[in-house]
Amino acid sequence: MNPSDLKYTKEHEWVRVESGGVCTVGITAFAVESLGDIVYLELPGVGEKLIQEGQFGEVESVKAVSELYSPISGKVAEVNQGVVDTPEVVNESPYGDGWLLKVEMDDASEMDNLMTADEYDRLLASDTH
Amino acid sequence: MTSTPKHDLESLNRRLLMERSVPGRVGYTLPPLDVPEQEGPPAEMLRDDLPMPEVSEGEIVRYFSQMSQANFSIDHNFYPLGSCTMKYNPKLDDEMASMPGMSEVHPRQQEAGVQGALKLMYQLQGYLAEMTGMAGASLAPMAGAEGELAGMLMTRAYHLANGDTGRKKVLIPDSAHGTNPASAAMAGFDVVPIPSDEEGNTDLAALQAAVGDDLAGFMLTQPSTLGLFDTNILEVMRVVRGAGGIVYGDGANLNALIGLVKLGDLGFDVVHSNLHKTFTQPHGGGGPGAGPVIAGERLKPFLPAPVVEMSRGPDGTERYTLGAPPQSIGKMGAFHGNFGALVRAYSYIRTLGDEGIRSVSRDAIINANYILSQLRGYYDLPYDRHCMHEVVFSARNLKRAHGVSALDVAKRLIDYGVHPPTMYFPLIVEEALMIEPTETESKETLDYFIDVMKTIAQEAAESPDLLHDAPHDTPNTRLDEAAAARRPNLRWRP
Repeated sequence: MNPSDLKYTKEHEWVRVESGGVCTVGITAFAVESLGDIVYLELPGVGEKLIQEGQFGEVESVKAVSELYSPISGKVAEVNQGVVDTPEVVNESPYGDGWLLKVEMDDASEMDNLMTADEYDRLLASDTH
Repeated sequence: MTSTPKHDLESLNRRLLMERSVPGRVGYTLPPLDVPEQEGPPAEMLRDDLPMPEVSEGEIVRYFSQMSQANFSIDHNFYPLGSCTMKYNPKLDDEMASMPGMSEVHPRQQEAGVQGALKLMYQLQGYLAEMTGMAGASLAPMAGAEGELAGMLMTRAYHLANGDTGRKKVLIPDSAHGTNPASAAMAGFDVVPIPSDEEGNTDLAALQAAVGDDLAGFMLTQPSTLGLFDTNILEVMRVVRGAGGIVYGDGANLNALIGLVKLGDLGFDVVHSNLHKTFTQPHGGGGPGAGPVIAGERLKPFLPAPVVEMSRGPDGTERYTLGAPPQSIGKMGAFHGNFGALVRAYSYIRTLGDEGIRSVSRDAIINANYILSQLRGYYDLPYDRHCMHEVVFSARNLKRAHGVSALDVAKRLIDYGVHPPTMYFPLIVEEALMIEPTETESKETLDYFIDVMKTIAQEAAESPDLLHDAPHDTPNTRLDEAAAARRPNLRWRP
């Protein structure tokens, strides 16, 4: 079960709106399970602009390298240095300490383009992801 | 009372070279100095943080012999590493490449003194062009990926020579080797992935939607990395060529086609051949390989330099020279490719001859389909149709039922003396196990492998931990691959 206070992309990223229009972005438990042990993360720098559905970084696991796509448009406010230094934190806690970025959101209405937890659960169950 | 030695042989034999070093121990003796002593480099240029090992000759021979025994190679046992074509490399071809006339030539030698070597290269260019149905070849690229890059640079040069500056897009199937998008991007193109349809072929609707005035080309592996012959190929050609695009053939899977299908006849404009895979060259250690690029009429003028050309003197004698095609993209490296790999491929082709080359692909395809038919029902087949030279299974059935992954199956194979297949590739297959037996394996070996794979499927159900903890019988058992990647420890430190 994925947390109900988050919104999800079909590329398996999640976003949570915090106070003051800042969002936290990470990857889902399904993404982590599919990737296996994550060994390296390439994340943007603070101040970089992200666009919704645009690529913002890469995640490398023992199996493969995958692109990360931004769930929302905005400016990077903070990068989780903890996961850059010890990527295993993403495996251990994808919705907690394993968050990737804090982003100052441009347009709150973009949240409507994303999936709810229920919709995301259905996507995973449908086997077409 | 029995006594046991304080030292055990295993830890003695596992010492790194520097750990075997003893100050003052040497593996040589020098005669007395009979020339004036010269001054060495200035003291400030000398470093003492990179000591040389001090060992006897016997110790160093033992060190490398022990390392070779810890290694796994095709000369030891079955090596069904999908996509890599780990066929047996005939010793004859090694012998040919080791002949002084082959191994002691120097790339700076004058052409008149290396006519034999140049003739060999000229003939090899011709054989490759003939086998792929192309017009000409350059042997310069030194690996498959360099051949891909050459092909993409030629594609670019071709469009620019036509004054066609807006063709920036290269289409690549989602099953492709990762080197394809990398090569296209290095050549300055934008890469657009094309999905596969449910048969594992190129999705024609997606292809149709992606082509336009900005199309530079399409990179296609035939058969695909799913081990399947793309039966949409003629329609793909019609769409891409109709839009003015170049069709690039990734020759990684040429072992399925050689002597049976000419890529040029299918409509490909340019292709590379991994000589180390399809022909011969031991390549388990990462090289050296050879990735000649072979072009049809449209792209032949753009081939990388040098190419070997032949002319006749006044008395009719053949003269071989190094030249450059008229609109060549230039050089891919300092000289003319990995000559030793070229000699091995030449020797292999000449030894097998016409009929022998045909049997290579036929037998490779039969062997792969034999494995497919025998393991159907034990492992999932995401695309259950006749395969070409390799077969892609999925361990997802074992994962769902018993929590056993493709990685666990691969590790357990090591206990049975078999090299693991390629795993988790192609990326579009969940828990992929990609098995390429090659043509050089006997039915007895294939039956052993099939038996082992069935046994492992049964072990997955009955005692999954046997697989989770595998391998059990190797000097190192299950490695922590994540820790090795996160905190690599790659060298000896004092």
